[in-house]
Amino acid sequence: MRNSRLVGLLHGPKGYLSIVIAAMALFFGALAPQFLSWGNVVDLVEGSSVTAILAIGLFVVLVAGGIDISFAATASVAQYAAAYFATKSQLPIAAIIAINLLVGALLGCLNALLIDRLRATSIIITISTMSVFFALLMYFTGGRSIYDLPAWWSGPVVLFEFAGSGDAPVRITLPIAVMLVVAAVTAFIMNRTSLGRQTFAMGGNVEAARRMGINLSMTQVFAYGYLGLLAGLAGLVQAHRVGEAVPNAMVGGELFVLAAAVLGGASLTGGSGSVGGVMLGILLLAMLRNGLNLLGVSPYFFQILLGVVILASAAMTGLKARRSKAVAV
Amino acid sequence: MNHPDAPAAGAAAGAFVRIANVTMKFSGITALNALDWDVRRGEVHCLMGENGCGKSTTIKVLSGINKPEPGALIEIDGKRFEQLTPHLSKQLGIQVIYQDLSLFPNLSVAENISFEDALGGYTAVISRARMRERAQATMKRLGVSLPLDAQVGDLPIAMRQLVAICRGMASQARLLFMDEPTASLTRSEVDSLLAVVRRLKADGVAVVFVSHKLDEVVEIADRVTVLRDGNKLGTYPAAELNDKRLGELMTGLQIEHVVRARDCSSAAPVLEVRGLGRDGEYDKVDFSVRKGEIVGLVGLLGAGRTELALSLFGMSPPDRGEILLEGKPMRARSNRQAIDAGIAYVSEDRLSIGLNMRQSVQDNMVLAVLNRISSRTGWLPPGRRAQVASEWRDRLRIKIPSLGAPVSQLSGGNAQRVVLTKWLATEPKLLILDSPTVGVDIGNKQGIYEIVHGLAERGVAVLMISDEVPEVYFNCDRVLHMRGGELVGEFVPGRDDEAHIEASVYA
Repeated sequence: MRNSRLVGLLHGPKGYLSIVIAAMALFFGALAPQFLSWGNVVDLVEGSSVTAILAIGLFVVLVAGGIDISFAATASVAQYAAAYFATKSQLPIAAIIAINLLVGALLGCLNALLIDRLRATSIIITISTMSVFFALLMYFTGGRSIYDLPAWWSGPVVLFEFAGSGDAPVRITLPIAVMLVVAAVTAFIMNRTSLGRQTFAMGGNVEAARRMGINLSMTQVFAYGYLGLLAGLAGLVQAHRVGEAVPNAMVGGELFVLAAAVLGGASLTGGSGSVGGVMLGILLLAMLRNGLNLLGVSPYFFQILLGVVILASAAMTGLKARRSKAVAV
Repeated sequence: MNHPDAPAAGAAAGAFVRIANVTMKFSGITALNALDWDVRRGEVHCLMGENGCGKSTTIKVLSGINKPEPGALIEIDGKRFEQLTPHLSKQLGIQVIYQDLSLFPNLSVAENISFEDALGGYTAVISRARMRERAQATMKRLGVSLPLDAQVGDLPIAMRQLVAICRGMASQARLLFMDEPTASLTRSEVDSLLAVVRRLKADGVAVVFVSHKLDEVVEIADRVTVLRDGNKLGTYPAAELNDKRLGELMTGLQIEHVVRARDCSSAAPVLEVRGLGRDGEYDKVDFSVRKGEIVGLVGLLGAGRTELALSLFGMSPPDRGEILLEGKPMRARSNRQAIDAGIAYVSEDRLSIGLNMRQSVQDNMVLAVLNRISSRTGWLPPGRRAQVASEWRDRLRIKIPSLGAPVSQLSGGNAQRVVLTKWLATEPKLLILDSPTVGVDIGNKQGIYEIVHGLAERGVAVLMISDEVPEVYFNCDRVLHMRGGELVGEFVPGRDDEAHIEASVYA
C-alpha cells in the first residue's frame, strides 16, 4: 500500500512537475549559484504568493468545467474599493478587509449568474466581464493610484525569521502564510467536502450530475464566487506587498495563472487537477521566469512558453478525447 | 378503465409498483394513454416497444421527472401517490440506469458507486474510507469485482455498466430500470450482466429492462410488457413469447424472416481484396464482393472490421496487399478519391459522424454530391438541392414532412435513411454499411433492409458489417467471419445453420 502510494506520487502531473522542478533547480543553480540561496528561494515563493492564490481559485473554476479570464480585473476592482475606503473613511480594519473580499466574491457570483442564466460559454462571458470590470475601474478612478495605504495594510508582517547564508536574515512573511492557508483550505474543500466532490462530478459529466440531483447553479456560484473571493484576497495581499493600490497592476498576468493551473493537471475540459499540482505549476513557472531572468534571456521568451503550455494542454485533452472515442467504437 | 382508487384487477399481492390510469401529454401529443402496469417484487420484467412508444416516458413518470395528468394513481410499496418527485422516487427505492450510464469518468470506481454520500448538503465531510467500504459491500452483495481506485473513464464499457449497477444498488434500490443495457456488450459480457441481475432478483429486487431488442434479456425475464404508440398492448409471461411474436406486437407488422441468400458467383466481381494487411489492425484478408451481392462481415467488437472498411474507403491506407475495384487496382489516398472511384461508406455512429444534425434534411442528402450537382464554376442553381433530395426521398420512400427541417427532428430510422441517401446519391458501385441498424427499432430496420435489397437488385455490391448474426443471416448472400484481424470463416445462409454461425462467432 505505502509502496504503491509512493509510486503514485511519481505518476501523473505532480510526478513530472517535481522531476522538472528538481532538474531546473540544479540547472539554474549550476549556472547562477545565488539561485539556490535561501534568500532567493524565499523571495521566489513570496513573489509567487499572489499568483498562487489566483491560480488556486482558477483551479476550482477549471474543475467545475468552466474558465474565468476576469479574475485579475476582479482583484483590481476589489483592491481599489478597499483602498478607497481605507484612505477616505474611518471604517475599522475588519470592515475594510470584508469589503475587499465581498466585492471580489460578488463579482465572481455575477459571472456565475450570467453563465448560468444566459447559458453562454464561460470564456465569452468572462472576457466580456473582464473588459467591463476593468474599464469601469479605470473610468471611475481615472487610472490614479492610491499611495497612502494605512500602515496596518502596507507594513511588512514577519511571522518567522532565521539567519540564511547571506547577510540579511531570511523572513517568512504574511503573503507566504496566506498562500499556504488558502492552499490547505481549498484542498480540504475540494477533496473532503460534498461541495467539492459535487464540483468535481459536475466537471466530469454535467448531464450525470444533473440526473444525480446536484444543483448545478449552486455549484457554479460556488466555483466562480470562490475564485472571486480569492481574487479579492489576492488583491489585498498584492497591495500589502507593494504598499499601494495601482488600478492596472494586476491585469496582464492571467495567462501565467492559467498556464500554472493547467501545468498542475487541471484540464481545460473540467473535472481534474489538484491544489498540490497547481502549487507545483506556480513554482515551476516562477523558477523558470526567475532563472531565465538571471541568465539574461528576453522576457518575451517566457511569454512564448506560457502560450505553448496552454496550447499543449488543449492539444492533450483533444488527443485524449479522440483516443477514448476510438476505444468506445 | 379502472378508477384510480379501485384496486386494479390482477394487481398481485406481490406488486412493488402498480400504476393505473397514467396519462402523459406533451404539447397536445399523448405519450402515454391511461397506462395500467405493475412490477412485482423480485421480478425481471421487460418493457418493450419501438422508439416513441412511451417506454422512456414510463421511466420518467416513475423516477419523478414527468408529472402525469391528474387522476393517475401510482402505488409503490403500498403507498399511493398522484405523482412523484425525483427525490421521493429515490427514497422509495427506484433507481434508473440510463443508456449512457451517467457516470463520472474523472472519479474513481469507489466514489462513483458511493456518490450518494456526497449528495445532500454542501458541507458534509467525505470519508474516503467509508466510501470504499460502502462500494466494497455493494460489490460483494452483487458478486462483482471491480478495481476500486481505477478511474471510471479508463474502464471498458462492460465494467462501467457494472459500476452503474453498483451505484444504483448502493442506495438499497428495490426497483432498478435499465435502459438498453445490452446495446454495446458482447455475448460473454451480457452473460455476466445477466448473472448480476439474477442475483438481484434473488435478493427481491425488481429489475425492469427497457429495450427494443429481442434477444438476450428475454432469457431471464418473467414477464414482458409491450407498448405501442403510448398504449399497452399487454403483459405476457416471457415463456409465451418468441422473437417473431414480439416483433409483430411491437410494430403491428407481420415480419417474415426468410433466408434470401442467392448465388451470385457468376456475376462480375466489383471488389476484390488480396492479401490485405495493416499493422496492428488486420492481416491476410482475401475476399470479393460481386455485382448485386450482399456480403455480411461479422465478428466481435475489435475484430478489425471497421478498420478494414476504413482502408477500403481510403481513410487509412493498408500496408500490404491490393484492392481491385472492377478489376482495376485501387489506391485511394483519401475518402474523396474512394467516393470518386465509386465506394460509399455509411459509418457506424451515424448520428455523430454521418450527419450534420442542425442542417436540413436536403442539405445532408446532397452533401456528398455537391460538386456533381453544381456547375463547373461551383454555382449551385437554386432549387437543385431540393430537386435531388425529393427524388431520393421518393425512391427510398422516406416519410419526412419537410426536406427543409433539421435532421435533429427525425426519428432514428429516418435519420439512418437520410445517411443512406447521402451516400446513395453518389451512385456507388460498392456500398459499405457499418452496423447499419444499431439503435434502430425493428420496423425501421426492416425499411433499411428493403432499401439495401433494392440496391443489390440494381447491381450495387454491398458489404454489410454487423454485430448480429440474425441480421446478416437473413439479409446477406454470403457471410464472412472476422476474428483478431483475420478472416476465419465463410458461411452461406441456408446452407449453414444460423445457430452454427452464431456459435462460431460468439465462441
